[in-house]
Amino acid sequence: MKFIILTSSFIIPLMIFFIVVHGMLNKTKIYDAFADGAKDGIKTVAGIAPTLIGLMVAVEILRASGFLDFLGGKLSIVMGWIGFPSQLVPLTLVKMFSSSAATGLLLDVFKQYGTDSYTGLIASIMMSCTETIFYTMSVYFMAARVSKTRWTLAGALFSTLAGTAASVILAGMMR
Amino acid sequence: MLNYLWGLMIVIGIIYGALTGNMQAVGDGALASAKEAVSLCITMAGVMALWTGMMEIASRSGLIAQCTRMISPVMRWLFPNVPADHEAMGHMTANVIANVLGLGWAATPAGLKAMESLKKLEDERQRGNNESRRGIASNEMCTFLVLNISSLQLIPVNMIAYRSQYGSVAPTAIVGPAIAATAVSTLAAVLFCKVMERMFDMDRAKKSGLKN
Repeated sequence: MKFIILTSSFIIPLMIFFIVVHGMLNKTKIYDAFADGAKDGIKTVAGIAPTLIGLMVAVEILRASGFLDFLGGKLSIVMGWIGFPSQLVPLTLVKMFSSSAATGLLLDVFKQYGTDSYTGLIASIMMSCTETIFYTMSVYFMAARVSKTRWTLAGALFSTLAGTAASVILAGMMR
Repeated sequence: MLNYLWGLMIVIGIIYGALTGNMQAVGDGALASAKEAVSLCITMAGVMALWTGMMEIASRSGLIAQCTRMISPVMRWLFPNVPADHEAMGHMTANVIANVLGLGWAATPAGLKAMESLKKLEDERQRGNNESRRGIASNEMCTFLVLNISSLQLIPVNMIAYRSQYGSVAPTAIVGPAIAATAVSTLAAVLFCKVMERMFDMDRAKKSGLKN
């Protein structure tokens, strides 16, 4: 475990080092290239800022109203029938909208049930194999100025469902 | 789609908030999150500029071309209709590599650039086409996004850190299962996209057949 955490602290500096040295060896005008690229990056962020503000406000309205908790409560009754721990339904739901809110809920699960309990294990695996659907979709599609997203949402939900089911089964095998 | 979804989130939130007496929290939350979004953008602008600057160096020094060649069999299979030398391929490759390594800070900028260049590619294809397909996602955009949402990260470093912080006896015990679960979700994503692409192509072939 120490090794993994050590490697992850090395990876960013090493990558920057590698890119810069590779550029120097190939006699690229690295500082000019950096400035040009950075300018482009700032433009992209400025382009998605309005979408991001809109999205985060909408997610917060939904969350603060208590609706997500309500939906989670209702869904957990249904989910209980198929053997999915009902206490993880809010986490699964919130993870689709906001990564930071999901992290908060995940830590609550850890505090309440323990990291190595069945519930804690499912939560750990599930959070590692899914991404925030609505955040990713709106930010990425905004960058391409796309409004008709066709089958993206269906595919995202399908893949999240598959990952979640796999998490429950795998956690069951770890017990 | 996103328009309806966004509207629905706000309408449901406000109506539900009114019914449950959470209006104060909803109002405060709306203002606070708008502020938070701007500070997130400012943070992101710095990270984004650093990364796109680095990527520009890597692109001019030929490093990206080398990496693209390395995983090009996979990328070509996933995106058969993107020309190998198109800039979209480079950005998508960078995004996939960053995702697999768990470099979220690098994956998003590369992903956004990839979407911009996929848009350019789609515009080139639609040029001279009378039927307006503006604002409609291309097959590649859908597949690329679903792939991103399916999570590609190999080692869940954040999760290991959270687990050890909350007193787990074996924080890394979930690494193997997490890799397996990620493989399942990614496989499901790829299968889904391949089927949908096939169906869309058949549909289009049928339509153009009718026209003739």
